[in-house]
Amino acid sequence: MRKTFTGLLAGVGFTLVGVASAAAEDLTIFWAEWDPANYLQELVNEYSKESGDTVTVETTPWSDFQTKAFTEFNAKGDAYDLVVGDSQWLGAGATGGHYVDLTEFFNKHKLSEVMAPATVKYYAEYPSNSGKYWAIPLEGDAVGWAYRKDWFEDPKEKEAFKAKYGYDLDVPKTFKELRDIAEFFYRPDEKRYGIAIYTQTTYDALAMGFENALFSYGGDLGDYSTYKVEGIVNAPVAVEALEMYKELYKFTPPNWGNTFFQEDNQAITEGLAAMSMNYFAFFPSLLNEATNPHAKVTGFFANPAGPTGVQSAALGGQGISIVSYSKKQEAAMRFLEWFIRDDVQKKWAELGGYTCSQAVLKSAEFQNATPYNKAFYETMFKVKDFWAVPEYAELLSQLNNRLGPYVVGDKGTAKEALDGLAKDWTETFTKYGRYSN
Amino acid sequence: MTRLDPGSRAAARGWSDLTIRNMFIIPTIAFLIVFNIFPLIYSLGYSFTDYRASTNQAANFVGLQNYRELLGDEFIWNNFVVTAKYVIVSVTGQVVVGFGIALLLNRAIPFKGLITTLLLLPMMMSMAVVGLFWKLLYDPSWGVINYVFHLGDFAWLSNRDAALYAVAITDIWMWSPFVMLLSLAGLSAVPKHLYEAAAIDRAGKFYTFRRITLPLVAPILLIAIIFRTMEAFKTFDLAYVMSSQDTTELISIRLYKMAFQEWQTGRSSALAYIVLIMVLAITNIYVKYLNRVKER
Repeated sequence: MRKTFTGLLAGVGFTLVGVASAAAEDLTIFWAEWDPANYLQELVNEYSKESGDTVTVETTPWSDFQTKAFTEFNAKGDAYDLVVGDSQWLGAGATGGHYVDLTEFFNKHKLSEVMAPATVKYYAEYPSNSGKYWAIPLEGDAVGWAYRKDWFEDPKEKEAFKAKYGYDLDVPKTFKELRDIAEFFYRPDEKRYGIAIYTQTTYDALAMGFENALFSYGGDLGDYSTYKVEGIVNAPVAVEALEMYKELYKFTPPNWGNTFFQEDNQAITEGLAAMSMNYFAFFPSLLNEATNPHAKVTGFFANPAGPTGVQSAALGGQGISIVSYSKKQEAAMRFLEWFIRDDVQKKWAELGGYTCSQAVLKSAEFQNATPYNKAFYETMFKVKDFWAVPEYAELLSQLNNRLGPYVVGDKGTAKEALDGLAKDWTETFTKYGRYSN
Repeated sequence: MTRLDPGSRAAARGWSDLTIRNMFIIPTIAFLIVFNIFPLIYSLGYSFTDYRASTNQAANFVGLQNYRELLGDEFIWNNFVVTAKYVIVSVTGQVVVGFGIALLLNRAIPFKGLITTLLLLPMMMSMAVVGLFWKLLYDPSWGVINYVFHLGDFAWLSNRDAALYAVAITDIWMWSPFVMLLSLAGLSAVPKHLYEAAAIDRAGKFYTFRRITLPLVAPILLIAIIFRTMEAFKTFDLAYVMSSQDTTELISIRLYKMAFQEWQTGRSSALAYIVLIMVLAITNIYVKYLNRVKER
């Protein structure tokens, strides 16, 4: 009898395994080629073990990421089931019909309470304040700073700095201090430079860099609900912020006019600059002695405040969306159910991913895990993002066209550049019928 | 007309010359229509619309709005200026270097065949590979160019003033062999007796070059210039791979960004037509000049 029962159980077991394997799906997540994508692949391997669904994180270099993703979307292709799309893509993804509406899922799991507010606002919701969600915050990111602790802590340097500027050399708390420190360490004869910032005029490098100054100066890119930009993006505080950004460019290493995340990390690894702007997601390699000979003496800080004490930063990071052309949307939904679990979010953070879960971000365990996690945590609650409208790429091009020649090419004034930008953006928003009369 | 061998299989099947000719020509014409003519006409239609491929919205007819906006856009004109600079520097460099090498090779020298073959290698390589290769050569930290010319840490490709010239130098390196090859063909076709007559008349070397060599090689050199101008005007991969800043943004790069990064499908179609018309106009001017040179 026992044998019969055992046999029966085994039979049921085999049948269930058979059913499970028959229902198993192969999911493909598309993302850019960088460390967090590798961490995600490690994480989803756990999911594969648990569910039987195989998940592959397919990557492509950052330079091709947007083009490749949208080419597939426009062809209504099902090569990717999920995509970890840039925050600016939300409008294009939602209005173009490329993303599955996740509002019900979002509300069911109360994700607007679970995830950090900025990540919900910028990675998931479109239009702003509409309560419609198209992604689940996956990789939180923002721009912060790395610096050379040994240069800052050198007693001789401290003494010289105090003598010149009248206050102690320390991690900058304001943009003015950032500028002074950049000037202080700018020593071309010694091949030492003050600061490394983003200057590249393709995609969003210069936009992200300038936003760090703009937002902390209390400025904005426009009114996201009315699309009014005139008088906002070219307001006096914005002009001051742009002038400061150009001022910082004076203290960069030579020919720093075409730089983004890779070069800004090199500024630290090659011992070129005292301070370097970069996304937090690129900081892990700065702590790795194999990739950074100065790893032990590299410190990190959050974007400093502007003249009125406002402290903010440019948002990076991405949410994960289900591609509407995927034939495995149910399986994709199952994966998202798993991904938002508290234990998975914790594991995601442990692997090196930047979780957006408030509970994990607030935990002492997370904040003490790396020298930059605390700065990341502080930043993530103060960030702002670029326009997420479908025509964001045109807006980026126009910003690059106006600001690039001023910051790097030394042409015109900050006021002229921003007035031109306000004019371009107003024309673009008019063309796409963003203004309601 | 060549008659079919009556014993051949085709003849045995009853295929006439006309049938066989059509078997070759019709697929070719069909291919041309499907892959060249149809997209050309289709994109012309798009150029009068506000269509965006990234949205699911239908195209709306906007007349000449795209053309008007593009021709009034100062940044697009800046892209044309950058392209013109690039074409002038690159084509002039290729003609000077290519023709100069051809003059050197147009004499009895040892291993002439081998040298000519080796000189042709650059143009056989992929543009993207050449771009990446030269990017390394220009690198201020470990690039051989700065080392050889003692330029220190001069950053060719991030320097706003030098980047375009750096890309043009690479193009000159790659395509001078093409000009050299055509020039060599032209030089070898110059009748020897003209040089002999000039020698008898005690004409100087420069006079012989100006009055005999150059006029006789000019038509073939102009053909090389036409080809290289058209290609330089369309350059994309080299500049895209090597440098990415506004001072090196050629019109083809702007077109690519407009079409595939900003997804302004209608507008980019209009820009493509503006570029096409410009290339045709420039080529037409060259061809007219070429005909005049030939008539001399």
